[in-house]
Amino acid sequence: MNVNIELYASLMKYLPPGKHRFRREIRVDDGITLNQLIRQYHISDAEAHLVLVNGHFVNCGEPRDQRVLVEGDTVSIWPPVAGG
Amino acid sequence: MSWTRKLLRVDLAKGTCTSEPLNMEWAALYLGQRGLASKYLSEEVDPTCDPLGAENKLIMATGPLTGTMASTGGRYSVITKGPLTGAIACSNSGGFFGAELKFAGWDMIIFEGKSDKPVYLLIQDDHAELRDASHMWGKTAWETDDIIHATHQDPQMRVACIGRTAENGCLYAAVMNDKHRAAGRSGVGTVMASKHIKAVAVRGTQGIGNVDDAGAFMQATNDGKEVLAENAVTGQGLPAYGTQVLMNVINGIGGLPARNMRDVGFEGAENISAEAMAEPRKSDGKPNLTTNGACFGCTIACGRISTVDPTHFSVKDKPQYQGASGGLEYEAAWALGADTGVDDLDALTYVNFLCNEDGMDPISFGATVAAAMELFEDGVITTEHTGGVELTFGNAEAFVAITEQMCQGGAFADDLGLGSKRLTEKYGKPDLSMSVKGQEFPAYDPRGIQGIGLNYATSNRGACHLRGYTIASEVLGIPVKTEMNDTDGKPELVKAFQDATALVDSAGLCIFTTFAWGMDNIAPQIDAACEGDWSVENCLEAGERIWNMERLFNEAAGFTADDDKLPKRLLKEAIKDGPTKGQVNRLGEMLPKYYEIRGWTPDGKVTDETRQRLSL
Repeated sequence: MNVNIELYASLMKYLPPGKHRFRREIRVDDGITLNQLIRQYHISDAEAHLVLVNGHFVNCGEPRDQRVLVEGDTVSIWPPVAGG
Repeated sequence: MSWTRKLLRVDLAKGTCTSEPLNMEWAALYLGQRGLASKYLSEEVDPTCDPLGAENKLIMATGPLTGTMASTGGRYSVITKGPLTGAIACSNSGGFFGAELKFAGWDMIIFEGKSDKPVYLLIQDDHAELRDASHMWGKTAWETDDIIHATHQDPQMRVACIGRTAENGCLYAAVMNDKHRAAGRSGVGTVMASKHIKAVAVRGTQGIGNVDDAGAFMQATNDGKEVLAENAVTGQGLPAYGTQVLMNVINGIGGLPARNMRDVGFEGAENISAEAMAEPRKSDGKPNLTTNGACFGCTIACGRISTVDPTHFSVKDKPQYQGASGGLEYEAAWALGADTGVDDLDALTYVNFLCNEDGMDPISFGATVAAAMELFEDGVITTEHTGGVELTFGNAEAFVAITEQMCQGGAFADDLGLGSKRLTEKYGKPDLSMSVKGQEFPAYDPRGIQGIGLNYATSNRGACHLRGYTIASEVLGIPVKTEMNDTDGKPELVKAFQDATALVDSAGLCIFTTFAWGMDNIAPQIDAACEGDWSVENCLEAGERIWNMERLFNEAAGFTADDDKLPKRLLKEAIKDGPTKGQVNRLGEMLPKYYEIRGWTPDGKVTDETRQRLSL
């Protein structure tokens, strides 16, 4: 199945070729969890500070292990950032 | 101590500059900068006065850590009764001016009265005098800075001044210092113009003396710098991407207002984001972002220095704007961009340059233009008002044209200079002003993020994120993540952020340190620098005292609980789509509890008991 992955700020370096700015559509195995996807990209828990699926936060740890992705999901990941 | 223990009082009617001792009893309670200057304002100014009348005063104040080796210790604030709001105004700025004022030996300057002709204040260490500024009146802030430097031939001289928008009566004009840094909000520059003060030029050679415990201070400041360096936000994220990294975050979570907050979520957000600023452009292969920059003593360096594409329509015939200059920062990029529907990064960078050059708050300016755009699209304002400009949402050419009009002055510039509250009232559509107490919102929609709505509603200077940045917790997970749409616990969160911020703003430090520092990192630095007991508990109590003192000023100025409110749009018009679809702000669930934990009456008045507890 296909999902969209968005890696922002310093995480952009982890995106494979073919990205548009900070996003890319990727093919993944059916039933993949959010944490499995994050590990596929070698992103540490500390780097995966803010993680959204379709705009909704998924907290670190168990919620990311339990969150099974489905076709068309958009996963957005930021390292620790702030501003204002 | 790291107070200089003296202030400069400038009587503009008489033309005199007088040194007087700092009130150290007040300093022990209010620390410095925002807190101490607000105490002076409260004691010396009638809160009901006309903000632009001679009876109002304007104070430029440093904190005890300003000019020291503490990281970010370069801040100063401008305190007055604000003309945009009628409430107490305190606008904080970085750059180098604040530290220079301290090096000259002054904790603060109090301007009183009104000069009958344009003047600038020249400070060279102990010497201070008012000089004629007639030849600078009508000049931009950048030209004024250049004239002063050419006159005095001292590249180390630091200048804080106003541009043409302040002279033209724009109610959200800023005080600009070091050309690109601004005491931006609430119209403090307008008050400066009303007193005919064009600039303050300062050169100091005395350094900072008499730190209370020099050894402990070196240890505490070094410990603090280590924490900042090792923290992912202050050590890596902010220097690399600046505040603009938030554009995609806030849009992604369904918290980015667009088109005068008519919508939430902006389809052009990624085009004006930090990531877009770092991309090489087609014309010359260079990115919009040229480099980052730091204020005095700062070890974070979040500032953005950018260039506009030299082939872009806004600057192609204007070589003076093709060099690198300050911006874009997140709040400005939102107000000038998402709120007007313009996603042209170069146009926004140029407009931001103009805001700096002519000294106006880009948040209130962008939000006021956004209100005017909605009035235009509703047919209330026409091209007859705008001088032929088709002021529709998303029209970059129109936005550039209207900004140039704004700087040069004229009939529609006078309209825009009113701010959104007075503008929408004038045209019979007051509900289209996205403001609290007359001041426009910054870049976070309180329908999607509950706590920031309570903070906006209760902010003592009108809608403002920098009075209690609950976004840190509600969105960014700093220090801990709270749920955006929960109201439980938000009154306590808002109060904690507001009180801590009041203290940091009174110390001479930048609020961005608090992405890494807690009060347990800050208090030891203050305690080592200053005489007295500045424990964590005493620092937090001082912050609460300052908050309540500001509230009392506003109460005396005529503000009531009825002013602690949000526009109808944010309470009644649910978000139409995206991850926060269906939400409105539930202020009514939070406000009673907030009043209760503040020790105020159910109608928001500070009780006698609270006054006594806080020595007010």
